[in-house]
Amino acid sequence: MNPFLLSAPALVLFAIMMVVPLVMTFILSFNSFGFYTGIEMTLGLHNYIDVLTDSYFYEIFGRTFAIALATTIICAIIGTPQAYFLTRMRPFWRSVMVLVTLGPLLISVVVRTLGWAILLGNNGVINNALMGLGLTNSPFRMMYTSGGIVVALVHVMVPFMVLAVWAALQRQDPATQSAAESLGAKPWTVFRRVVLPQAMPGVLSGSLIVFSLSASAFATPSLIGGRRVKVVATTVYDEFLNTLNWPLGAAIAVILLVAVLVIMISWNRIVERRFAGVFQ
Amino acid sequence: MKNGRFATVCTILFAIFMLAPIVVVIAVSFTPEGYLEFPPSGISLRWYRAILDNPDFIDAFIMSLKLGLVSATIATVLTVPAALAIGRGSFRGREALQALFLSPLTVPTVVLGISFLRFLSMLGANGTFIGLALCHAVIIIPFVLRLVLASVIGMDPSIEKAAVSLGAKPGTVFRRVTLPAITPGVVGGFVLAFITSFDELTVSIFIVNPSTTTLPVRLFSHIAQTTDPLVASVSTIAILFTVAVMLFVDRLYGLDRLLIGEGKR
Repeated sequence: MNPFLLSAPALVLFAIMMVVPLVMTFILSFNSFGFYTGIEMTLGLHNYIDVLTDSYFYEIFGRTFAIALATTIICAIIGTPQAYFLTRMRPFWRSVMVLVTLGPLLISVVVRTLGWAILLGNNGVINNALMGLGLTNSPFRMMYTSGGIVVALVHVMVPFMVLAVWAALQRQDPATQSAAESLGAKPWTVFRRVVLPQAMPGVLSGSLIVFSLSASAFATPSLIGGRRVKVVATTVYDEFLNTLNWPLGAAIAVILLVAVLVIMISWNRIVERRFAGVFQ
Repeated sequence: MKNGRFATVCTILFAIFMLAPIVVVIAVSFTPEGYLEFPPSGISLRWYRAILDNPDFIDAFIMSLKLGLVSATIATVLTVPAALAIGRGSFRGREALQALFLSPLTVPTVVLGISFLRFLSMLGANGTFIGLALCHAVIIIPFVLRLVLASVIGMDPSIEKAAVSLGAKPGTVFRRVTLPAITPGVVGGFVLAFITSFDELTVSIFIVNPSTTTLPVRLFSHIAQTTDPLVASVSTIAILFTVAVMLFVDRLYGLDRLLIGEGKR
């Protein structure tokens, strides 16, 4: 049967429910907003000029990308060795760790973030433990900080990194590790000189996923950061549902979309050039 | 090959990190006190009884359940034929078609959320169940597509040819040969789509109204206002529900395959 006929139902849904709404948002971002008149069907770049000339928005975009970058780096540092350990585990423990690593993905981000809010609060589990052990006298502030957002985001994102690196490592020949070991290489040397180069394509593709998901994360920054630590996604939310300045919110969202797409495409270019041999 | 002591220590620390927030939520839900307390000073079902006094949480749970079932059904019915087309053929536009159906994973969810809000409110359909279900169908189609596609590509095309050469009509071939062969992928895709819809917050928060509020949205707005142990007991029930679905899937399809499908964004 004709492939387009088979895809037609899904295509119609995507055309109506995704392409049209995205185009409408793009147009909306050029409209203007009056406090009494609501959305006015004018066309102009004023929303973009407002965002791009206001240091307040630079701070929000800067914070968002800094949080996403920190999350990505920490996920790579934690996730890469963990994926390597996974390849070396006995099947039973491997299944257990796959469940422990990926299972949380099936639990709502809201629930997981609630857990982090309980752990990170001034009266939370971590601060009570630190003070109980006498390591600190006053609580260490983690709720409503960028650092707290990063900790909770790492928890949400690290499974994607582990899985990407694990997939890359499954393509490698375990004999290369045995060869290095039999030639007297220490475990750390094996990891650094043999495993890491083969894991690199996975680390890079995992980093891309983690970065783009972190840059547009909403639930975690909103619940851990509160009103004080705003990121792009929570700012868009506020413009749409509190301030009701939809055109401005749409412009911020379009800038986020373009920024994420540009970063993804250029990252892919760099990775493909650097690791052209690996992907063949 | 075996891991050394260092690897074991790292793995244990990693497991604690992954499980800590979930264990804490479950533990806190049993507190007899009126605030979030860990470790709980006693064991009480007070906050589980409190759920019964807050029917809006129960309504939200039922809404999420219905929404998950309806949107996963729409997504699966639309995606299976598309996956057959993409998985089999080498035609012009195949890559583009696949990229389009996977694109909801790339577009930031908040951008999709406001776009759905703008579109539905223009139609006057904002907050309606059917609007919500169609939006969810769009964002869960990538998950269905990937799992069904894996089954289609893994299927031996010669068994269909054998059925045709034995005189089976196209409908019979699909019903008796193709569909049974790809059932694991279809079931896995349906379940993953259901769970994704059931947990979805960022799109739903823009397009629900008070009568179509889903469980994640209800929990989110409750946590944003107050943090009483009620959210912990509701969350624990949501966790148990997810675990039950996971056990069911493990019997039917193999949990590892589903999890790996979820992890591949």
